[in-house]
Amino acid sequence: MSARDNILAKLRNAPRSAPVEPDVAAHFERFGPRWNEVEALRHWATMMRSVKTDIVWCTESDWPQRLAEQVKARPIRSLLLARQTPHGALAHTALEHNPLLQLKTFDRMVDDWKDELFNDTDAAFTVVRCGIAATGTLVLWPDADEPRTMSLVPPTHFALFDTRTLHADFHTAMTSEAWPNGMPTNALLVSGPSKTADIQLTLAYGAHGPRDLVVLAVLPPHLSADQLKDAA
Amino acid sequence: MSEQQTITLYPSRQFKDNARAALKDGELRQSLRTAMDYLMAKRLSAFSDGDELETLRTLGETIRQRCLAKLPELLEKLEAQLTANGVQVHWAETTEQANEIIHGLIARRGGTLAVKGKSMVSEETELNHYLEARGVTAVESDMGEYIVQLAGEKPTHIIMPAIHKTKAHIAQLFHDKLPDTPYTEDVDSLIRIGRNALRDLYLKADVGLSGVNFAVAETGTLCLVENEGNGRMCTTVPDMHIAITGIEKVVEKLTDVVPLYSLLTRSAIGQPITTYFNMISSPRKPGEKDGPREVHLVLLDNGRSQAYADEQLRKTLQCIRCGACMNHCPVYTRIGGHAYGTTYPGPIGEIISPHMLGLENTKDLPTASSLCGACGEVCPVKIPIPEMLMRLREEEQRPAGEVVAHPLRGQGAAHTGKEALAWRTWRGLFGQPGAYKLFGWAATRLRGLTPPGQLGWTQNHVPLKPAAKTLHQLVRERDAARR
Ligand code: SF4
Repeated sequence: MSARDNILAKLRNAPRSAPVEPDVAAHFERFGPRWNEVEALRHWATMMRSVKTDIVWCTESDWPQRLAEQVKARPIRSLLLARQTPHGALAHTALEHNPLLQLKTFDRMVDDWKDELFNDTDAAFTVVRCGIAATGTLVLWPDADEPRTMSLVPPTHFALFDTRTLHADFHTAMTSEAWPNGMPTNALLVSGPSKTADIQLTLAYGAHGPRDLVVLAVLPPHLSADQLKDAA
Repeated sequence: MSEQQTITLYPSRQFKDNARAALKDGELRQSLRTAMDYLMAKRLSAFSDGDELETLRTLGETIRQRCLAKLPELLEKLEAQLTANGVQVHWAETTEQANEIIHGLIARRGGTLAVKGKSMVSEETELNHYLEARGVTAVESDMGEYIVQLAGEKPTHIIMPAIHKTKAHIAQLFHDKLPDTPYTEDVDSLIRIGRNALRDLYLKADVGLSGVNFAVAETGTLCLVENEGNGRMCTTVPDMHIAITGIEKVVEKLTDVVPLYSLLTRSAIGQPITTYFNMISSPRKPGEKDGPREVHLVLLDNGRSQAYADEQLRKTLQCIRCGACMNHCPVYTRIGGHAYGTTYPGPIGEIISPHMLGLENTKDLPTASSLCGACGEVCPVKIPIPEMLMRLREEEQRPAGEVVAHPLRGQGAAHTGKEALAWRTWRGLFGQPGAYKLFGWAATRLRGLTPPGQLGWTQNHVPLKPAAKTLHQLVRERDAARR
């Protein structure tokens, strides 16, 4: 018998009683947050800022400009973006006039340029699938246009977040978007830049992933940054 | 493994000596006390609503029990789903088999360098040594694990592997072991040194190894919880990713991970969420430009099916490895993880290690507890750890020859003739009124003869001495006085 058969046979031989069915949905129904749009956004921002995330409130029309300003304010010499996507094209247009900045696209297999990606790419710009208010989280589903390493390897990650996609909690995000029906190669929850407290419990940012996470949070027309100003 | 002679050492057999040595190490005790106080306070602040905490713990317990009740079916479903997604699944009954499978996969592509994300199961199989002996270097990339590996030690805590080290220790270690590294105690600088040392290795590594926090049968998804990003590096950058996990880590539905993940991060480090929750469902698909082209999952038994066989002991497998039980354990806090001599220290180690190593190699662990109950009270999936400890005490005292429905490996390991005789005598005295009376009569009269030194007892306690009157006498006298 194979190891598989042996293990399964041992498990099947054990006495088993019918399990109680847990009600996950009822738990979040009862304890899940009840916020209006502004409260949810404020909470999301407070949580993200508490783990050293920079949030830049933007509008549908001004985010490329705000991105350009953020890039300019930092010592960034090269930035990776997906020019073939609509948001990537807009970002490209806003950034291409910066003479100090080299723009790159992920147009080959990673295997062909790992060295350059690791050692000579300061930042990357990607879109966010949705957000989670309760924990201050961005959800990323990397794809062929914006591969997995874009939000991982370069030291600074700029993330474009449409705040209308903010969910109250993880359970709502997963169920309302029907994740159980089909998961991508990689789905990610990101809550801040990488960090560690492995040395004497002292918190330090920039462990192995990005040191800086900058979110361009695009507000719908009926909301203004002023309404969110006092989010800590 | 044929060409090599395996020598198996069981440091857990030296638990008492190890514990004594650890108790004398003032610096270690200081580090542990500070760290555990901090982690306990953090956990408490992450569960500000007691009602929510209790409901969530019950939910976590119910989910884990439901998953365990369907374990064989869920493992098959997980395998089918992962296979359909393009992930290859392997099964190992023993640590040896698991190591062989992993080495075989690496050798097939002529690999010599593996980067590792945190995986306690690979510690359990001693994978690093196994690979090292066969020409494959396995480098730990979690900061804490990296420090411990560089120091030639083993993790002392399942969540915080280097919790026993001060920044001065680490500064000296980096200075001694890493080329051109100046001595610095600045934590940011130390982290930067670690980051730089490892970054190059991600690039060069042939294989990335990782553990798994939850394996979802419904979608064929491997979930990894981390803060540092090293787990993402190991599972994204090298061309092959091998994950290893225990068979109990499977959950049925994707929504099951939501409450379990929340319980895990809040119980472990008091964080509402970790920086990354990495959900992997397939290797690189056609058209995708990065990610490993091959993903493998190794499912390890190593004694888990023994715990599973018994409905009471099965609860051990509900564990989500948060480490809260050790953070709250008065024994762990005083001696640290190394003293246990097992991969999993503290209360969870005391109840899981006997299944992995046999009671004959872990016989001091079920008694390495004051049964204060703190572990069971904080466990996010409500494992009744003290109850498990008492059951294991029973099993290690049960005569080796006694036939029971689910014998444990090493049954009777702590059984001694002397102790058995003492209990038999005790039972004889308490079972027969005449004998009990006679014993009481003799004890109250001969009490002056009790020796001042009473073996281990008088090391820390005043000598035991029978009272001048038996309880029966006292009650009789009281009743007479009332009348
Ligand atoms: S036994 Fe409970 S408290 Fe201990 S590590 Fe496992 S889940 Fe956490």
